[in-house]
Amino acid sequence: MNRSFIGRNPSILIFLLVLAIFTIGVTFMSEAFGAGMISTSFVKTLGKTLCLALVAVAMDLIWGYAGILSLGHFAFFGLGGYMIGMWLMYERTREIVESSMMEAPIPPTEQEIVDGIGNQIFGVVGSSEFPAVWAFADSLVLQLALVVLVPGLLAFVFGWLAFRSRVTGVYLSILTQAMTLALSLYLFQNDSGLRGNNGLSGLQNLPGLDDVSQDYVSMWFFWGSALALALGYVFAAWIVSGKFGSVIRGIRDNEARVRFLGYSVEGYKLFLFTVTAMIAGIAGALYYPQAGIINPAEIAPIASIYLAVWVAIGGRGRLYGAVIGAVFVSLVSTYFTGGQAPDINLGFYTIQWVDWWTILLGLSFVLVTLFAPQGIGGLFDLVSGRHHPDRHGADLGPDHGSLREEEAEE
Amino acid sequence: MSQLLEVNGISVTFDGFRAINNLSFNIGRAELRAIIGPNGAGKTTFMDIVTGKTKPDEGTVLWGEMSRNLIGMNEARIAQEGIGRKFQKPTVFEDQSVEDNLLMALRNNRRAFAVLFWKPTDADMNRVSELAAEIGLSNALGRKAGELSHGQKQWLEIGMLLAQEPKLLLVDEPAAGMTPEEREKTTDILVEAAKTRAVVVVEHDMEFVRRLNCKVTVLHEGSVLAEGSLDHVTANKQVIDVYLGR
Repeated sequence: MNRSFIGRNPSILIFLLVLAIFTIGVTFMSEAFGAGMISTSFVKTLGKTLCLALVAVAMDLIWGYAGILSLGHFAFFGLGGYMIGMWLMYERTREIVESSMMEAPIPPTEQEIVDGIGNQIFGVVGSSEFPAVWAFADSLVLQLALVVLVPGLLAFVFGWLAFRSRVTGVYLSILTQAMTLALSLYLFQNDSGLRGNNGLSGLQNLPGLDDVSQDYVSMWFFWGSALALALGYVFAAWIVSGKFGSVIRGIRDNEARVRFLGYSVEGYKLFLFTVTAMIAGIAGALYYPQAGIINPAEIAPIASIYLAVWVAIGGRGRLYGAVIGAVFVSLVSTYFTGGQAPDINLGFYTIQWVDWWTILLGLSFVLVTLFAPQGIGGLFDLVSGRHHPDRHGADLGPDHGSLREEEAEE
Repeated sequence: MSQLLEVNGISVTFDGFRAINNLSFNIGRAELRAIIGPNGAGKTTFMDIVTGKTKPDEGTVLWGEMSRNLIGMNEARIAQEGIGRKFQKPTVFEDQSVEDNLLMALRNNRRAFAVLFWKPTDADMNRVSELAAEIGLSNALGRKAGELSHGQKQWLEIGMLLAQEPKLLLVDEPAAGMTPEEREKTTDILVEAAKTRAVVVVEHDMEFVRRLNCKVTVLHEGSVLAEGSLDHVTANKQVIDVYLGR
């Protein structure tokens, strides 16, 4: 019992080791630092995948451990991306505007530069004024703070209202989905202040680092994503390893019982919902500079549903399961939707994977839910010999007296 | 004022059905009390009201030396005040070990941040092994609660209640589905617990109530029909009519 945190959770060490080997391996195969076997665009795909794994860890905390099926965590992910995107776009545009204005005979005033940036950024939505939400866009420190504060605050207010009214189960899922949809529809509007459906673009270019090639920038973000995933994983493992983990798993299995033990269930849910929203925000802030563009379609409810599918396929209630699910499904998805998978010609019909991939994914989701509720992560139980009490969800109850299941079945 | 809990004239109506009708009930600091009554007499609703799950339409529930009104507090707050409840069906956390179940119930700070940084002290671990010995689960500490037999789950839940160190224990049909030996042990645990705190047992089984050897309250149609020793209430004409059929 008194063994150390790592000693009680050997899977953490294994995970970190695998992640380190993967990171080093990719580094030595990259175009920037190694043999160049992996193209820069694929390094970006891998880096983005690590960010998706991080948001999947957050999803597993809130769904797999606390039993709250949130269909809104991709909204927090997107908000994190928007927050960092605002600074990237502002500073980058400032450089362009400044360099073009410096050629003019009269040096521009500060106000002229700001107006010029506004024209550049908001020209596409027929405006040139900076909306209030861009107030801190010129400060990297403040925008980085907003990466966690904005998703955190939205999650806190939403969670406070929802949990206090004791909305649970499928009703809460619908509410979170409504929140996601509302946010995405709002951002689609041109006057939302975040360039409507154009979104923010050119995020792959870091201000002031024009002469650094994308080969290097992609590696920096890859390392950053790997580090964030490692830290996020250890943090999540620490949260669930102690009594806090016991309580939230208790909330998942029997909320009323936890309440009668004297724990304020609403407070725990709110804490976890907010913290996971912040983790999602950080993951998003690392993802979108690698993707280069963010627009409101990224926040659409379908993205959050995908997130739930990854976690379910990987295995709920175990952190490495979430990582495996996110990595596996999103890489396979890239393969099928990227046109790399060969079409299958059935004679009367040709299966094109770009169209059929969603159906394949949906089918595997249903199959996993029905036949392998432990997901891919469940395979590790076969190795480690961990067993689950199988009572088919039913309590044996007073009728069967004190019999165990095997006795009762005889 | 030597009473621990004073329930005065509570009534509650569900969709026009009066589940509790002007019910009053008192219990002292270290007292064992059995509540009996036919199905639908309002036994479980009574517990729901005391533990904060259901809000009564009228009446007061006064608690402790300060006679604070419990109505309006939420379940967690009432549990922290020192009222523990055991459900009819054993509800333990099946996916967690017996030890984790007991640790979670141990009386400690319940706030999220305190729990996040909490580490079990030696005193906590000693208390857990003490409790495990008391409920006969010393050898099962590392097992998942879901693997336990029905009777063992009932005991684990009683153990979790004792770990909370409540001043008042509400126990709903603790002996349901137990073998005769298990029932005997359960009786012992409850009688022992009632030496230092108030224990209210809701039970159908008259034999079990007889063994508890305590004051009995008979509920019928949401109010108290009779109160006294088991022999006294079973001799009561009204009780016989209600229980033994008209």
